[in-house]
Amino acid sequence: MNIFDTKRELSGFVLAGLILMVLLPLSNALAPEGSIFHFAGYQLSLWGKYITYATLAMSLNLLWGYTGLLCLCQGLFFALGGYAFGMYLMLQVGVDSVYNTALPDFMDFLGYRELPAYWKPFNNPIFTMLAVMAVPGLVAFVFGFLAFRSRIKGVYFSILTQALTYAVCLLFFQNKFTLFWVDFTFGGNNGFTDFKQILGANINDASTTRWLFIGSAAFMLLVYALISMMLKTKFGKVQQAIRDSENRVRFSGYSTTTYKLFIFVLSGMIAGIAGALYVPQVGIINPGEMTAAKSLDVVVWVALGGRGTKFGPILGAIVVSMLKSYATRAFPDSWLIILGTIFVLVVLFMPNGLVGLPKQLAPWINRFRGEKKSAEPTETLTAS
Amino acid sequence: MPGGVSARHPFQFNALRRLLPMKKTLLVCLHLLLVPFVYSDSDSSSRKMLEALALDRVDSVDDHLNALVETGDPFIKEFVDAWRVGEVYEYELENTEKVILHRVSEQFQLLTTGEVLEVPEVREEFLKKSRASRSLRKDLARITDTIDLASPNLHTRIDAALKLGQSQNIVYLPSLRSRLDRETNEKAKRAFEEGIMISLLKNAETPGERLGAVVRLGELASLKGRDLVIKIRDENEEGGDPELFAAAHESVLQILKRQSIVENVGSFFRGLSTGSVLLIVAFGLAITFGLMGIINMAHGEFIAIGGYTCYVVQNVFENAFGVQSGAFQWFFWVSLPISFLVAALIGLIFEKGFIRFLYRRPLESLLATWGLSMVMRQTFRLIFGAANVSVETPNVLNGTSKLGLVSMSDTRLFIVIFAGFVILITWLLLSKTNLGLYIRAVMQNRNMASSLGIPVARVNSMTFAFGCGLASLAGATLSLVSNVGPSMGQTYIVDSFMVVVAGGLGNLIGAGISALGIGVIDQFLQPLLGPVMGKIVVLFAIILFLQWKPGGLFPTKSRSLDD
Repeated sequence: MNIFDTKRELSGFVLAGLILMVLLPLSNALAPEGSIFHFAGYQLSLWGKYITYATLAMSLNLLWGYTGLLCLCQGLFFALGGYAFGMYLMLQVGVDSVYNTALPDFMDFLGYRELPAYWKPFNNPIFTMLAVMAVPGLVAFVFGFLAFRSRIKGVYFSILTQALTYAVCLLFFQNKFTLFWVDFTFGGNNGFTDFKQILGANINDASTTRWLFIGSAAFMLLVYALISMMLKTKFGKVQQAIRDSENRVRFSGYSTTTYKLFIFVLSGMIAGIAGALYVPQVGIINPGEMTAAKSLDVVVWVALGGRGTKFGPILGAIVVSMLKSYATRAFPDSWLIILGTIFVLVVLFMPNGLVGLPKQLAPWINRFRGEKKSAEPTETLTAS
Repeated sequence: MPGGVSARHPFQFNALRRLLPMKKTLLVCLHLLLVPFVYSDSDSSSRKMLEALALDRVDSVDDHLNALVETGDPFIKEFVDAWRVGEVYEYELENTEKVILHRVSEQFQLLTTGEVLEVPEVREEFLKKSRASRSLRKDLARITDTIDLASPNLHTRIDAALKLGQSQNIVYLPSLRSRLDRETNEKAKRAFEEGIMISLLKNAETPGERLGAVVRLGELASLKGRDLVIKIRDENEEGGDPELFAAAHESVLQILKRQSIVENVGSFFRGLSTGSVLLIVAFGLAITFGLMGIINMAHGEFIAIGGYTCYVVQNVFENAFGVQSGAFQWFFWVSLPISFLVAALIGLIFEKGFIRFLYRRPLESLLATWGLSMVMRQTFRLIFGAANVSVETPNVLNGTSKLGLVSMSDTRLFIVIFAGFVILITWLLLSKTNLGLYIRAVMQNRNMASSLGIPVARVNSMTFAFGCGLASLAGATLSLVSNVGPSMGQTYIVDSFMVVVAGGLGNLIGAGISALGIGVIDQFLQPLLGPVMGKIVVLFAIILFLQWKPGGLFPTKSRSLDD
């Protein structure tokens, strides 16, 4: 089965794979520093970050673009995945110089004598990778089950997911919290940082950076292929039908609740993995990643790039992130005003986002061309 | 100068009040007969008695002091303090008559009348600092301690009785007892008795008296005596007086029972005031979100507009009138309508500029208003700085009021009353005016309303502006209890969205009930779980509540499938 719509898309996909997974890492590894073919290490980890953002945006697009669920807790799933992987990284730090214990620094600081039981399995990388998917997936399952069962949808769903994000964010800002009679601690305000080792390799090594970049790119392309494939199947059709008219789908005998729950959990897991790839590349995870504003940022990316398109979220995430890192340096004071204005304008005048822009502008361009054609002869007339 | 005004003013007020109970006036007159200088003018009798004392023109100091105590005039305390720190002068007038001058903020006031007297430089040699003798100072100290017991103000009397009782100083016991006999007010009587019993816990002459005090304190459910009774119980638990232990144990139980009632009532009222802020915020939201279907993520920033308007108006008043002036106290009341108008105007501009393109697209209205909210927050930061600014509380709202068992700060009380006012205005607007009728019609069916000739576009603008104005009013009241900052609205926005959802979309009564309910539940959970956990539990409780009632407390009844 051909999963891509056009031949051009297939070749674009293959090209992107080649550039991201072979060309850029090779140029970083082999080309001498300073030459124009060299792709610098910091650029690699910066773009690695953008790619995880793009994956996060794709996971939201799966929900919002194709199923019509505007979820405001995608940033939460991302951060939960990041925290799960961060726990593994924290345990790899080993004996630190300040407290001379194998415990993470913040635990020494909070007066812990030994590792809490729920931290112990995170020594194992396999378990961690499972947890990266399972934790956001579980949260999504429980919340989605409750929400979809009582047929909460549309605006209500958005508001409740925002409230969930807000509540969990408040929890993680605390140094310690008790949930179901267990004391949890995840580093409070500062979160996790100062990672040293990842799967036995030094996290600051150039090769580690390369492999993380390759991993992020591979995962993004995998998600892209997965979404493309899904759209071709009957499942994908039902999913889009739910977006367009849920009641008709339900009357046709489909359990929309199950479909929505499945997609919600899936997109939560994708966001979680993206978060796990994000953390070692930026070297820090803290509750700031969990705030409601971060989740809204993801919505901004998708809306700007083009909601309900395969490529739009990637474009939106990268464009906004690049714009942000440029504008925060160039206009530190008015950066939020710029972003906010762009956002309002996009919502008002570009309902299909950047991806839909050529099509939206097509009539104007045609008219402009047409006018030009008809204007040219008259001009030549007057000139002569 | 404010000092001169405020020093004289309360006195005159109390003096007038003092004339009312005739019995007391008679008593005062009786004692006056003992004083060599009898003044017909009883208005300022305590001042004249003080002057006589200061000029050493009294026969019996004791009788004179007793008479002074009887007046219960708070000025006596002020004067004795001034006397002690050397702000009281003896001055010989040109007709060789001696008077006492009271220096208040570098001005001399005649003691008897309170009038300002200019002392010319040439006559400064006739000015002499007045000093009380050692024994008189001692007596005066005792008097000033007990003088509040005779205060014409009920609350002052009650507070003084409890304070003197808690000091457990045997010196005050006779004054407390003698006052109890003459007290007429039931509340004050109770307070005097409580004070005496607390004092007796230490100063009882016989074990029986002590036992009686313990039992009586339990009957009175005395919160002030709680720790002392608990101490007696613990002391007598092993090897002590078993009878006393039993009595103390019983009393402690009674007191604790009362205490838990008081605490619960207190939490309830605090929750009511938190809920009231939430209510004003949520009402604005319920109107824009519930009635119009616009999710206004910038609602929180309209709260900040209200706060900043107060701040600006305060600064304008400060520059125009100065902080000390009486006019400055009016800034808050002026800024309330101004903040409403400012926010309504900005809301109107937004509605005309952006929002009107987004009706029927609620999810996109969420995104556009989020963009607006980012722009607004940064604009606040650029104009007013990233740090929080503070708004003064007007003096009228600075006190506390007693509501039955609990005392509550006047600001909180004001917020509750103001929320009631907002409910009233909104109800009047929606049910008694043409605009309200139009709003309800447009909300029910936009197209039908339009075809019946209702100017839908204008109604929408007005409704949105009103919702924004309410948010701003909430911000203005919030400025009384917390600081004003660029992101002050963010704290409330999630909560108030939850309030609207839990109350039922488009239902103002539901929004009101859920706001107050969430406020009260929050306040009851906070002491148990801490502020953050309490909030989280409330949030999760609302999510679970929606499982049971997905449409909120009062769901909109509709036959439309997609509602």
